[in-house]
Amino acid sequence: MSGDQLPVSAIPTEVKLTTPESTVLTLRAAPNTHVTVRGLCKSFSGQVLYKDFNLDLPRSQIVSIFGPNGCGKSTLMNMIAGLVPLDAGEILFDGKSLKDTRIGYVFQNYRDALFPWISAWDNIAYPLRRQGMKAAEVKQRVDELVALFEIRFDLKRYPYELSGGQMQTVCIMRALAPRPEVMFLDEPFSALDFEMTLFIRAKLQEAHLATGVSMVIVSHDLEDAVFLADQILLLTRRPTRIAELVPFAMPRPRTPEAVSDPEFVRVKAHTLEVFRREMQA
Amino acid sequence: MQAINFLYNKRWLPLLGPLLLLAFWQLMISAQWVKPVLLPPPGETLQYLAQTFATGAILPDLWSTLLRTLSAFAIAIAIGLPLGVMLGSAENAYRSVEFLIDFFRSTPSSALIPLFMLIFGITDINKIAIASFGAMLIVLFNSAYGVMNAKKTRVMAAQIMGVSRWHVFKDVMLMESLPQTFIGLRSAVSMALVIVIVAEMFIGSETGLGHRIIDAQQVFNVKDMYTSILVTGALGYGLNVVFLLIEKKLIHWGGKA
Repeated sequence: MSGDQLPVSAIPTEVKLTTPESTVLTLRAAPNTHVTVRGLCKSFSGQVLYKDFNLDLPRSQIVSIFGPNGCGKSTLMNMIAGLVPLDAGEILFDGKSLKDTRIGYVFQNYRDALFPWISAWDNIAYPLRRQGMKAAEVKQRVDELVALFEIRFDLKRYPYELSGGQMQTVCIMRALAPRPEVMFLDEPFSALDFEMTLFIRAKLQEAHLATGVSMVIVSHDLEDAVFLADQILLLTRRPTRIAELVPFAMPRPRTPEAVSDPEFVRVKAHTLEVFRREMQA
Repeated sequence: MQAINFLYNKRWLPLLGPLLLLAFWQLMISAQWVKPVLLPPPGETLQYLAQTFATGAILPDLWSTLLRTLSAFAIAIAIGLPLGVMLGSAENAYRSVEFLIDFFRSTPSSALIPLFMLIFGITDINKIAIASFGAMLIVLFNSAYGVMNAKKTRVMAAQIMGVSRWHVFKDVMLMESLPQTFIGLRSAVSMALVIVIVAEMFIGSETGLGHRIIDAQQVFNVKDMYTSILVTGALGYGLNVVFLLIEKKLIHWGGKA
């Protein structure tokens, strides 16, 4: 980060942290940061949700956002992804604005996210075609994803002919197709049964290992949140602040059995403790 | 035994209703509930129907009604569809004309026939104009709502891919509106037929099924009247079926996603 070269005296971080004018210049990003959020403010009908909120999302890592109900987990992610407008603040991807950044997004409701008038294959190819990619390249890219996800079902079928898990897999493939820099997942497992959750969790992990894409996941299931995460971002009640950023460095690939590993149990217990504390606060 | 099996075959169930109606029709005459001058027996009427088709006597009327209905419907689509899609994609614009659309949609188009006669005179164009006006409002209303009710998630999914506004509109909002638009088209073609028939009856006309029905009634040719009514009904039913088939083929995702 070029910010490292700035003379320390020029960056009064302690002061700027509490004023609503934090920017990337006044509050440097931590090393290996991909997404910087500075001075973020958001209110809903007079209720303050975020006030001068700062956050650094690390590159090529998976960050799970977890917190009490109504603390704005999804809102935070949607503001970063540009789906919800900010009242104030600045969000940069490697110093670029969202407009110059390729992102992927996986919605909770896969049925409403896919285009039912075209086949699953064409859904995956759609963002590529709209980028102006040639047919042969499109086919090559989709084939790559089919191999990565070991797809066994017929992608020539329409989305409404697939099962829920298959639809969500197609959504993830579509989001990954244009090789996004950052991928956002909004409760991607909440509408899936346990078997499908295990499958998609494993596939997401593989895709992450293969592509190194930075990922942000909002989850309401603590186990899912911890399982995939390199860092668990715990939020407080509103007005929302960062309660704690819990690192979880368990080596990958993590198997489903990882959930009974002592380290996993420890991190999950700690996360739960912070969550409980924040719920009562 | 075979007859019972035949009846139990679900494929033939839709025939049961019409057969019962014919039986009831015959019963009304046999029991002398109505005078045969007002209601001829079903057998004779159907025979007359076959005869009018065999001689081709009804064909010019059937043809001109069909032509008027389809012309009116085509005009309704040409104006109503683009206008509806445009208004639907700019919700504020729709809200500002919503009252007008709802008002004229609720006004029976036949009430406007005298007004249209003042403008267009007693011509073929008048009949087509009034029918296309009524049908156009239905097309417009449905396609506007189709666009407005496009699933937000799908629109967002396309936006987040960095797709241009035009492509979000064309690839997502327009496709999303199609199921609703087709419902509008189906109602609109029925409405066009209704107004054309009414206009043929009351706006001086030389041809058309509406003209044929009222002419037959005036000269008390009841067989011809019932025949023309049956043919008009069949025409309306046929148009509806054709549109249902097109809809099923084109909007394969309707009701499933």
